[in-house]
Amino acid sequence: MRPPEISIQVEKLSKSYGPITAIDDISFEIQKGEVIGLLGPNGAGKSTTMRILCGLVQATSGSAYIGGVSVVEKPDAVKRLVGYMPENNPLPEELRVIEYLRYRAKLKKIPAHEINNRVEEVLETCDLHHKARRRIIRSLSKGFRQRVGIADTLLTHPEIVIMDEPTIGLDPHQTKIIRDLINSRRGRMTFILSSHILPEVELLCDRILIINQGRIVAQGKSSDLRHEYVPGNTWRITTKGNNQNIPEELRKLDPDIELPPETDEALPDTFTFKTHNMGICGEQLIQHLQNHTEATLCELAHIEPSLEEIFLAATKRSWEATLTRKPAATPET
Amino acid sequence: MKNLGAILRHEIFLLLISPATYVAGFLFLLLMWLLYTQILLDLPSEDLPTTSMFQLFWLPVLFMIPLLTMKTLAEERRQGTLETLLTTPTSTTTIVVGKFAAAYLVYMILWLLALTYPLLTQFEVPKGRANFSQLDIAPLLGGYLFIAISGTMHIAAGIFASSLTRSQLVAGLLSFAILFILILGERILFSNADLPQGLSENWRPTFDYVRTFRHLEDFSRGILDTRPFTLYLTSTCAFLGIAVIVIEQKTSR
Repeated sequence: MRPPEISIQVEKLSKSYGPITAIDDISFEIQKGEVIGLLGPNGAGKSTTMRILCGLVQATSGSAYIGGVSVVEKPDAVKRLVGYMPENNPLPEELRVIEYLRYRAKLKKIPAHEINNRVEEVLETCDLHHKARRRIIRSLSKGFRQRVGIADTLLTHPEIVIMDEPTIGLDPHQTKIIRDLINSRRGRMTFILSSHILPEVELLCDRILIINQGRIVAQGKSSDLRHEYVPGNTWRITTKGNNQNIPEELRKLDPDIELPPETDEALPDTFTFKTHNMGICGEQLIQHLQNHTEATLCELAHIEPSLEEIFLAATKRSWEATLTRKPAATPET
Repeated sequence: MKNLGAILRHEIFLLLISPATYVAGFLFLLLMWLLYTQILLDLPSEDLPTTSMFQLFWLPVLFMIPLLTMKTLAEERRQGTLETLLTTPTSTTTIVVGKFAAAYLVYMILWLLALTYPLLTQFEVPKGRANFSQLDIAPLLGGYLFIAISGTMHIAAGIFASSLTRSQLVAGLLSFAILFILILGERILFSNADLPQGLSENWRPTFDYVRTFRHLEDFSRGILDTRPFTLYLTSTCAFLGIAVIVIEQKTSR
């Protein structure tokens, strides 16, 4: 048995479909109550990983434990621990919301005397109990349909909720509702979210796993991943007055500073630069520029690399590693 | 099988709210009414009207079963709801058997509704004019037993066809083709006088064994041979088993 604090433990998991390797030797651990973002390009292996964890697909090799239960040995037991919302959230169009949730409650083996209470509870949690409860699913908007999918995942009070693209196609208001739902259960339930909406992932997730070509290429908190994949600090300063010597002065602070070769004509008084000298701080920059230039410093901003930059850097690095691993083609003699 | 009851109740509910069910039922009962009326107008004949009615069973079966079964698995795969169904402690076998059982139940209910025609005729035709009973139990029971037992294989064939595709239309056409071959294939094959003599002599006994119309004749005469039971039940299991395998292969991707 695995330690109970670890919600999900995956060791050397692989899945192949014939000659095609979908995931290759991936390992990770997720603590109870964490919200994990699973990122990767299309076809990277995110959905395959999630479907293995839900017991839908059998892995080719490796092991996966959900709440201490082996996915391979006891897939039915795992299905009781996991709430899964697939991509595009497929729902039967001809049923009413309440009919669907009651049916799902029966399938998930919720005791008959608890079904009504449980269905009412999830309807209220997902704000479906007023207007939407008796509406036919076909007539619901995308946001309501997502909420029905989430209500279904929460029926059994699962320990782990796995959602594939839960906020895709939603407007900001609907996205905030989903985000609030997840935040309200943070710490009590473990969430794995797959999404291409990187700002949403950064806002919501405690840690991030980046998969590319079936392998985990990066995992950790976004701050740790920033240091690893996009090292250095990026600053933006806006000035007024004679700022001709600002690039020269910045190079005096750090000879290796990265400045764009030409000033942006649309923003001639704005300078964006990157330094790998982590000792340079904002105060130092302000003092140096004020003492050595005639320009007036109007704004100084520290620009953190976005999750998109981390994602691109991590996946690019893994592609480059793949290319170096491949044997070079030898010309025919 | 876990959740079979829940799946069965749900599938029956879906069939009851589906327009295709009522279209199938209406067309079936309309066709049976027309056929039965024609049989009555053609009297006197060698066979009882109910026996003649069952001899034409293939006509409504060929369109009713595709209508009842084409949506069962094809629509679930098209919508993607089959995958969400498999995230519950429900096996593929349970899903297939549940859908089969629901379609079979509706099929038998529709056939039992057709019993109203001989019932109405029995009570409406003046006793002096009729020299036969509409409700002669033996041929009636034999006919319905044949419908019940052969219906298992025909419905299973429809479920199998639905498992092969995401399109209801393709599933319906495939089901029609399979049923056509199963029910009428032998008759069409051996009605061709140009067949080589060897083919006719060597294969006829084999096809005779699986000939649906021969089973109907035997059942109508009260000959309840266990061989047709074995044939239909094993064929049912084979079709459903292959459907399970097909679904598992397609959903494991």
